[in-house]
Amino acid sequence: MTLTGWLQAVLLFLVVLALTKPLGTYMHAVFSGKRTWLSPVFAPVERIIYRFSGVREDDEMPWYIYAFAMSAFSLVGFAYLYTLLLTQAWLPLNPQHFPNLSPGLAWNTAISFLTNTNWQFYSGESTLSYLSQMAGLGWHMFVSAGVGIAVAIAVVRGIARSGRSTLGNFWVDITRVCLYVLLPLAAVFALVLMAQGVPQNFNAYHTVTTLEGRAQTITGGPMASQEAIKELGTNGGGFVNANSASPNENPTPLTNFLEILAILAIAAGLTYTYGLMVGDTRQGWALFSAMATLFWIGFAVIYHAEAAGNPLMHQLGVHGGNMEGKETRFGIAGSALFAEATTATSCGAVNAMMDSFMPIGGLVPMVNMQIGEVVFGGVGSGLYGMIEFVVLTVFIAGLMVGRTPEFLGKKIERREVQLAILAILITPILVLVPTAIAVAFPAGTATLGNTGPHGFSEILYAFSSSNANNGSAFAGLGGNRFYYAATGIAMFFGRFFEMIPLLALAGCLAGKRAAPAGAGTFSTSSATFVFLLLGTILIVGALTFLPADALGPIADGLLLHSGRTF
Amino acid sequence: MQSGGTLRRRSAARPLVETAILKNSLLEALCKLDPRTQVRNPVMFIVEVGAVVTTGFLLADLIHRAGTPGFDAAISAWLWFTVLFANFAEAVAEGRGKAQAENLRRTKSDTIAHRRNAAGTYEDVAASSLRKGDTVRVSVGEIVPGDGEIIEGAATIDESAITGESAPVVREAGGDRSAVTGGTRVLSDSIVVTIATNPGESFLDRMIALVEGAQRQKTPNEIALSILLSALTIIFVVVVATLYAFSQYAGSTPSIVILVALLVCLIPTTIGGLLSAIGIAGMDRVMQRNVLATSGRAVEAAGDVDTLLLDKTGTITLGNRSASDIIVAAGADRTQVLQAALLSSLADETPEGRSIVTLARHALGAQAPSEPPEGTQFVPFSAYTRMSGVDLQSGSKIRKGAPDSVIAWCKEFHAPDLALMPEVERVARRGETPLLLAIDGSPVGLIALKDILKPQMSRRFARLRAMGIRTVMITGDNPLTAAAIAGEAGVDDFLAEATPEAKMNLIKREQAAGRLVAMTGDGTNDAPALAQADVGVAMNSGTQAAKEAANMIDLDSDPTKLIEIVEIGKQLLMTRGALTTFSIANDVAKYFAILPAIFIAAYPQMNALNIMHLATPQSAILSAVIFNALIIIALIPLALRGVRYEPRGAAVALRTNVLIYGVGGLIVPFIGIKLIDMLLQALHLG
Repeated sequence: MTLTGWLQAVLLFLVVLALTKPLGTYMHAVFSGKRTWLSPVFAPVERIIYRFSGVREDDEMPWYIYAFAMSAFSLVGFAYLYTLLLTQAWLPLNPQHFPNLSPGLAWNTAISFLTNTNWQFYSGESTLSYLSQMAGLGWHMFVSAGVGIAVAIAVVRGIARSGRSTLGNFWVDITRVCLYVLLPLAAVFALVLMAQGVPQNFNAYHTVTTLEGRAQTITGGPMASQEAIKELGTNGGGFVNANSASPNENPTPLTNFLEILAILAIAAGLTYTYGLMVGDTRQGWALFSAMATLFWIGFAVIYHAEAAGNPLMHQLGVHGGNMEGKETRFGIAGSALFAEATTATSCGAVNAMMDSFMPIGGLVPMVNMQIGEVVFGGVGSGLYGMIEFVVLTVFIAGLMVGRTPEFLGKKIERREVQLAILAILITPILVLVPTAIAVAFPAGTATLGNTGPHGFSEILYAFSSSNANNGSAFAGLGGNRFYYAATGIAMFFGRFFEMIPLLALAGCLAGKRAAPAGAGTFSTSSATFVFLLLGTILIVGALTFLPADALGPIADGLLLHSGRTF
Repeated sequence: MQSGGTLRRRSAARPLVETAILKNSLLEALCKLDPRTQVRNPVMFIVEVGAVVTTGFLLADLIHRAGTPGFDAAISAWLWFTVLFANFAEAVAEGRGKAQAENLRRTKSDTIAHRRNAAGTYEDVAASSLRKGDTVRVSVGEIVPGDGEIIEGAATIDESAITGESAPVVREAGGDRSAVTGGTRVLSDSIVVTIATNPGESFLDRMIALVEGAQRQKTPNEIALSILLSALTIIFVVVVATLYAFSQYAGSTPSIVILVALLVCLIPTTIGGLLSAIGIAGMDRVMQRNVLATSGRAVEAAGDVDTLLLDKTGTITLGNRSASDIIVAAGADRTQVLQAALLSSLADETPEGRSIVTLARHALGAQAPSEPPEGTQFVPFSAYTRMSGVDLQSGSKIRKGAPDSVIAWCKEFHAPDLALMPEVERVARRGETPLLLAIDGSPVGLIALKDILKPQMSRRFARLRAMGIRTVMITGDNPLTAAAIAGEAGVDDFLAEATPEAKMNLIKREQAAGRLVAMTGDGTNDAPALAQADVGVAMNSGTQAAKEAANMIDLDSDPTKLIEIVEIGKQLLMTRGALTTFSIANDVAKYFAILPAIFIAAYPQMNALNIMHLATPQSAILSAVIFNALIIIALIPLALRGVRYEPRGAAVALRTNVLIYGVGGLIVPFIGIKLIDMLLQALHLG
């Protein structure tokens, strides 16, 4: 580990910290319908959208209507993308003349982008036309991020409101988040990326002769625009297979830094928005602190593991850290930081190959996803995922102050516990059960790139990533019909079976009257609470996966030290 | 039955559980293994299923003379113990109530009632045949045949069968002391009673059902907690079931017995096993303080109370006010005023009246008349006039009472001199009650009645404040007096000149602001407020209406009891939270004991995770299972007694409990499992 490596991480954290309040305040203004400095530009557009779609801005929705609108919107989006992928060969903007996708791959890809997962069983540069990338995946990169944020905002409204059982209007929320938050940020970021050398064109690929006299294909396409929202919306689906490791997507250490920042910024800002919405910014900072603590632990472990390097290589006289699968322009710190950020959130973009990380370096991203992406997390989904754990912590520990547990003055009773636990229960089931099926049947092990615990990690990682809607891959695992179906199911249920119970929970809380806080009530902004929240996340969230992780990366690491590799 | 033997007061010498109850509980614990009973506790049901499975494997080992019968037998035995220990905890908690119910039932021997028939004469019928609305006569020495309201007469009654208090109480027709309870004995005089309940619904019946726990329903918080525990159990079933496939992939098939052992260690058996015992023990603690709660829900709600409404008289102050000062108006004759004060109070037998007589006599010395003059007419106090006094034979009229009422009376003669009014206000500001004294329409003096605060009350209110509970004093006094007393007693707020409506409105206002309200009451006009309050405690001496509206009845009729009830409610919830946290935190150590033991077969390097250095895989697993079972037994006293409770703010309470039960729950099993492992090694059992 080096000083500059740590400084890079500290600098990144300070910039995230500095952006949290202004970005959070801005998003709060957007979602409460206040005028912002972008209103002169977007307010007329917003009005036109509502006029044409027949949305009445003031129509408030109860939780089930909100959930229905969100589901219907997602379902139509799925059908659209699925159709597009099955017909791209006959549509314009396909200079490489790529054929249509197979139905299995199209199904998996459509679900993947619909759910903000961006799991890719294909290589973008050799599979998808520019139209599919831009109008298909691009659309979903914006709206799936938007849906996540909208749901998070609706959930927070439920917590903040008293005696009123509606959660806002889904159509208004999704319109506002895309117009006022995602589009402007993505536009600016895309320009910065272009300035740093990321391509943005509609040209066919160039084939050039290299200095060594061999032919090389240089890919092109509208990359900068896709790249910007890929990070900002914690999508992670790369334009090319190498994702952010590719010099086209992530050319310089500066773009690397900015991409990590873009991954974290909105999710971090939302904690402040949450604080503002519930009328106590300390609540937001409490969540931020819990997230930041886990972030630093995760980064430190990865960085330490990767910088320590491979003992087997050391025996061969090759000293230094583990550089296998890493880009020299980012180095170990830049790769570790990216890996932590991309799995702590539900982004899933990668700038180094996780498969080549040291076993413990690979364990951290897996744990990040297994605890449900609550370390800042996906845009929106990180916040509502964390709220799940907050409700659970309040219920378990809140009793210890001698009152029926209360979350911001609202009693956590039977129904709230049922719904919160339902959302939490889905994670171990969707990760462990398909992994067990995969290792038990030939269909699951047929496409494995490695054997032993390392192969097991590849499968476990795939389902941890799908369920958490992360989308990063451990690599080494090929797609087949089993994985198309199994990861598709995990992605779909991992997304919607978390969102819908949480919206129901929010509906429940919205209808409750908040009791005023006093000396006898449980505080959810104290240091003790942050400690308890971390304890709940680690014991209930992470320990559930300890047996599985022990057989994967942990066994891998222990065996490595005794000289066995896979 | 032995006198006062039903609900004894808690004493320091009383053991937590009596030996006879322990013996019965052992048997009960076995009976509760019936799957139909056990399934009501999902966590322990899973343990029982696990025990059946491992026992099955043990039998297979024995039949085939293969496998590891010794190890399987040890695991099976400890799994059965785990279930039995949890059942035992519940049985012990129930046992105390059952013993009390047994005592009460003996009181219910069938008595003969004298029922008034249509002709107006009395006939003898069995008490059990009495219906609501029947009228009975109860004479000296007889047992009251049912709950009811006295409509004629007054009597001293021995209520020890119900309250455990041997001093007799007076009950009389009319007013707020008219209720009698079936099973109590009339010690003097004869009363006529209208029966208020049908057979099987009487106070005694309800009490038996309550202490026995027959009607015990899970409280809302208990249900919510059960859901959480069941969900955690489901998660761990998935974790352990998938582990079978994972291990096979890794190249070693783990034994089902070991997987069951892992499952039982991971699911929250500690809290799962003690949950119902905690609830029953909480109810029991309330009962030991001589309070009958109609449901566990009410006890739980007591822990959530935000606002406590306390009647001034009897709760904050001693019931009796005494005269502290007699002020003579400027220009009036001192002796005449003192004599007027004395005369007007001679017939007043209340402690207040007597204190005026004593004070006036002391001031007058030799000039004090010992008896009222011939032909004196007494005018008793009434709530309508709010005055009392005497009419002398000379035609002179003396009145004393609430200043505004006396002034109004004076106005009937002539426009009164208001010179004394500043003095009235000054007395009120001191927290004393001013009584204006007037002769023939002229105010001549002022009697100051001083409330005597109960000792130590301000400390109790400070404790309540530390717990985050706001106290509101309810009084009929004028606002000035009320403010002064409220200030002295240290309550947070007061409601002066309270009427039943004002009290009701206050409760509704507090509830609308999201607060939970508790109050005590005894009169019939308290009934609506008692019903509206989230926690309503009726005094046993109160009317039937009040007792029916309340969700708790204090058999000692002590209004300050509410504070203790709130503390019990909080302690109950804290105990649940503490043991849940402890139970979940325990899992960390158990993982580190069992996982390396399971995986070592596939990857010997996994021994690196054996951070406790447990001797062998078998010993590691067995130690974890034994620890898991023993911790239930070890925590039974805590479950029954409740965690240590001190009135502190939530922040302090949380920090302390997190340290003890959270951090403690992480560390204790590491030590415990290691010790058991060492012991097993020493005994060559591992």
